[in-house]
Amino acid sequence: MTGAELRVTGTEAVGPYTLLRVEAGPIEPGIPGQFFMLRPPGHVLPRPMSLCLSRAGELCFLIDAIGPGTQALCGLTAGDHLHVLGPLGNGFDLTVPRPLLVGGGIGVAPFPYLAQALRDVPAILGFSTAAHAEAAALLPGARVVVEPALVTSLLPADPGDVLACGPEPMLEAVRSLAPRAQLAWEAPMACGYGACFGCVVELDGHLQRLCIAGPVLRAA
Amino acid sequence: MTVPILNASGCLDALTAPEVALELDAFVTKTITPQPREGNPPVRIAETESGMLNSIGLQGPGIEGLLAQTLPALAALGLRVWVSVGGFSSEDYAGICERLDERDDVEVLELNLSCPNVEEAPETAAQIVAGCRSRTSKPLYAKLSPATWDIAESARAVVAAGADGLSLVNTMRGMALDPATLRPKLGPGTGGYSGPALRPVALACVSACARAVDVPIVGMGGVASGLDALELVAVGAGVVSLGTVLFADPAAPARVRKELDAEATARGFANPLQARGVANG
Repeated sequence: MTGAELRVTGTEAVGPYTLLRVEAGPIEPGIPGQFFMLRPPGHVLPRPMSLCLSRAGELCFLIDAIGPGTQALCGLTAGDHLHVLGPLGNGFDLTVPRPLLVGGGIGVAPFPYLAQALRDVPAILGFSTAAHAEAAALLPGARVVVEPALVTSLLPADPGDVLACGPEPMLEAVRSLAPRAQLAWEAPMACGYGACFGCVVELDGHLQRLCIAGPVLRAA
Repeated sequence: MTVPILNASGCLDALTAPEVALELDAFVTKTITPQPREGNPPVRIAETESGMLNSIGLQGPGIEGLLAQTLPALAALGLRVWVSVGGFSSEDYAGICERLDERDDVEVLELNLSCPNVEEAPETAAQIVAGCRSRTSKPLYAKLSPATWDIAESARAVVAAGADGLSLVNTMRGMALDPATLRPKLGPGTGGYSGPALRPVALACVSACARAVDVPIVGMGGVASGLDALELVAVGAGVVSLGTVLFADPAAPARVRKELDAEATARGFANPLQARGVANG
């Protein structure tokens, strides 16, 4: 767990999302599916984000501006500074024989970095609108559906080793079709390192901290 | 002599972040209850304009889990340990104090008399303190709520009942709504409000209690910088705890300590403790 003030190198619009680029400094990119806590200027709490891309000396986060905190992150400009803590939590197990990426909406965020690690990995992405689907450009070669079509409609009967990230209903649907899947969940989170007990999810019948037990969990 | 820096109970898990806990002068556990508790259903946290709300609901392993697993693990890290004690009746608190009385690995018992997220014991704070006092010789610190008309009166009552010190302040009950649905953001509806908004409240409470009673005070509430800590010392705290700031900045203990020394020096104090009480006249 390393924390540092990183210099923002720029932002890019990706459909309705924003790709926030920062100098990596001492922060390691970690394992795909791990996450980082980004501290929006003027806010009390940081926000958890997975790493979207790791370029030479640069970390990139894909952000959906859904509230004041994420809006503040998307409003950063080159030269600003951003406190980043991470990498945190448990990422995807990359040693699976037949990986298939399944993402929904902003759940595409960790996949470009994951695809860097897995090389030539097939992917299925679903989005709520054609505008959101522009984010599929971050993952060349992915098959894309737009609602009302759902990603599960493209899942093969034997989906192999699914690595999924997306909204909860999508993850639940994937879980029922692919019991071996690795699912990347999200939860409101104050700290990201086990201090606040805010991000609990029910696992094995008990409320457990997603930041410590996950965010990537086995479907079954 | 400097000002010891602790964590506020429930704002750090030394077992998942030992490097953070080792920067503190002592580690305060999450509040322990007689039985294990799952805590409250999510959503448990929400940020507000000037702070945050939490409704964790005392999730924890219960006293047996603390004795068997948590305390040995904390001792193995070499931490000085304060245990935060909770319950739903005076006997709950007193029973836990008795179990911890002979544990050499526990320095202080902090009585959480003011959790805003669970039902309160029917007894008064002073009655609970008196019940605990009769069952342990360990130092007892009473953690009080700022949501009271006259906290100095509460302070006098718990000190008369045998409290050796005060921890000031706990969070205050608050609420936040989802602007789209106009429904509470937190699963249980309300939560404990903490962070920068609580700091002026903490200053007023510590000041009032420091004037009312002559016992050590652990000050906490919205401390994010060394100057924040020095201000709590100036109203009478001899120890300062970090709460919400730890969530955003796990490096806060060392940073605040360094800033505290520098802020004291800049004001002509040989050390931060020399500033204790200067605001109280």
